[in-house]
Amino acid sequence: MSQFNSSSPESAASDKGLLTPIKRRSFFMYAGATAGATALVLAGCNKDNVTPTDPNAVSLGNGNLSVLQYAYALEQLEAAFYDKVKGSTVAGFSAAEKAYFDQVAAHEAIHRDFFKAAITLVAKGTPIPDLTPNFSSITFTDRKSVLDAAKAFEDLGVAAYNGAGKLISGTDMTSQTYLTLAGKIVSVEARHAAYIRDLVMPGSFAADDQVDPMSGLDMAMTPTAVIAAAQKFIVQTIDASQVGK
Amino acid sequence: MNFFNIIGQLAEVDADALDRLDSRRAVFSSMRTVAKRSAQAALPVLLASYFQKAYAGTNAGDPKEVFNYALKLEYLEADFYNKMIASPFFATASGVDQAAIRQISKHETSHVKLLEAVIRGIGGTTDAPVAFKTTTFATLTSFAKQLEIAQLLEDTGVRAYKGRATDLQGIPDQNIPGIGMVSPLQAALQIHSVEARHAAHIRGMRNQTAWISGNGDLDNFDNYKGATPENNTKQAGYDLTKDLGKPYSAMDVAASFDEILTVSETLALAGPLIQ
Repeated sequence: MSQFNSSSPESAASDKGLLTPIKRRSFFMYAGATAGATALVLAGCNKDNVTPTDPNAVSLGNGNLSVLQYAYALEQLEAAFYDKVKGSTVAGFSAAEKAYFDQVAAHEAIHRDFFKAAITLVAKGTPIPDLTPNFSSITFTDRKSVLDAAKAFEDLGVAAYNGAGKLISGTDMTSQTYLTLAGKIVSVEARHAAYIRDLVMPGSFAADDQVDPMSGLDMAMTPTAVIAAAQKFIVQTIDASQVGK
Repeated sequence: MNFFNIIGQLAEVDADALDRLDSRRAVFSSMRTVAKRSAQAALPVLLASYFQKAYAGTNAGDPKEVFNYALKLEYLEADFYNKMIASPFFATASGVDQAAIRQISKHETSHVKLLEAVIRGIGGTTDAPVAFKTTTFATLTSFAKQLEIAQLLEDTGVRAYKGRATDLQGIPDQNIPGIGMVSPLQAALQIHSVEARHAAHIRGMRNQTAWISGNGDLDNFDNYKGATPENNTKQAGYDLTKDLGKPYSAMDVAASFDEILTVSETLALAGPLIQ
C-alpha cells in the first residue's frame, strides 16, 4: 500500500514527531528503528531473498523481519476469516455473539494492518503480498463450522506467537520492541481463543487439551508446524522454513 | 557528553533518578523529560545508545530475578483461589463456575511448581511464598465480589508477565532437572497466555467483554492504568485509530493490544493484597 512508502503523509507525520515534544512511544520507536536497521544489516538479512521463483509461493524470509512477516501472514488469515464471518449470516448466532465477532474482526484487521505498517516503517522491509484465503472447508452460515474454525485459528495464533518470541534475536531496542508488540497481541489472541472455546464448549477456555495440566503451560509451536496447519486455508504456498533463522 | 552527565541531567529533572535506575522503563520516562528540554532531535538517539550499553547485563537477563517476580504473583493467585474454593460462598456458585475456578486454581498451582523448579534448576533460590491478605479476603462477602478480585489479579498478571518478556530475551534454553530443556522466554509466554485465557473467562463470568474494551465496570481501576494504560491507542509511535490507512475506533484499537505494567506498577498494585 502506497501510504506506507517513505514519502507518504504518515511517514512525514512520524518525521515531524522528531521535532515535536517527544512522546515515550515515538521515542522508543525511532530509536529502535535506528538500531534495527543496523541489526538487520549485520544479520545479513536481505529483503530481496523473500522473492520466490514460483509465482504461487511466498517465502517469509529469515531474520527478525521474517518473524514479523510470519505474524503478518497469520493475521492476514485471521482477518480474512472474521471479515467473511462479518459478511455472513451465521444461523444461530445471538446478537451478542454477532457483536463480539464484529469486535474480533476489527481486532484482527488492526493487527494485520499494523504488521504491514510495522514491516514497512519500523523494519524497513517489504511486506509479503496479500494472501488469498481458501475457506472452502468452512460453512459460514453454520454456527458450529464457524466456531470450530475460529477456535482453530485462535489457538493456532496463540501457539504461533508463544513459539515465535524466542526467534526474535538480539537484545537491542528494536528486538525488544518486536517482542513487546508480539506480547501485547498474543494475550488478546488468547482472550479471543478463550471466548470462542467457551462458545464451542462452556468452560473449555483453558481446557487440558490446550493447557498442559501438569505444567500449566499453553501451547507453543514452531513456524513450520503452524504454517503446516494453516496452509490448507491459504492458496499460496508459504515457506516458513527460515523464519527466525 | 558522557554517561555521568546524563545521570546528572536525570537527577536535575527527576530527584529520584538514581533510585530508578533499576527500571529501564522509568529511565525512558525520565529521558522524555530531558528530551523535552532539548531542541536537538538527535539527543534521544544518543541517549539511547548510552543506555543500551549501560543497561546491558544489569537488570535485564537475570532469569532468577524475573522468575521470582513471576512466582510472587503466582503464589498470590494460587493462594487467592485456594481461599476462594475454601470460602463458604463457593457453594453458591453454579457447577460450571465452580469447575472453571478449580481449573484456574489448578493452573496457578502448576505455575508455582513449575517456576519453583525453574528457579532452582538455574541455580537460584525461591523467594518465600506470599499469601493473599486474609483481612482483605474477609471483605469479599460474595462469590461475585471474589470474582472482581480474580479479574483484577488475572488482568494484572497478564500485564506483569508482558512487562518482563524483554528481560528474558536472548537467554538460552536451560536444562531443568525433571523437566528438560526450557526456554525461559517461551515458558513465560506460555504462562502469560494462560493468564489471558483465565482473565477472559472470568470477565465472561462477570458479563464483561473477554478483552479490555474500556467500557467494563472495573476499567477505571489502577490495574488498567499506568505509564502505558490499557486505553492506549498508539503502537510503535503510530496512532492506530488513524495511521493505518483507514480509521479504526479507539475502543477496537485499545482492545486489540494488551499493555504492559512495569515492576514498580505491578508491585504497587499487588503489594496491598499480600499478607
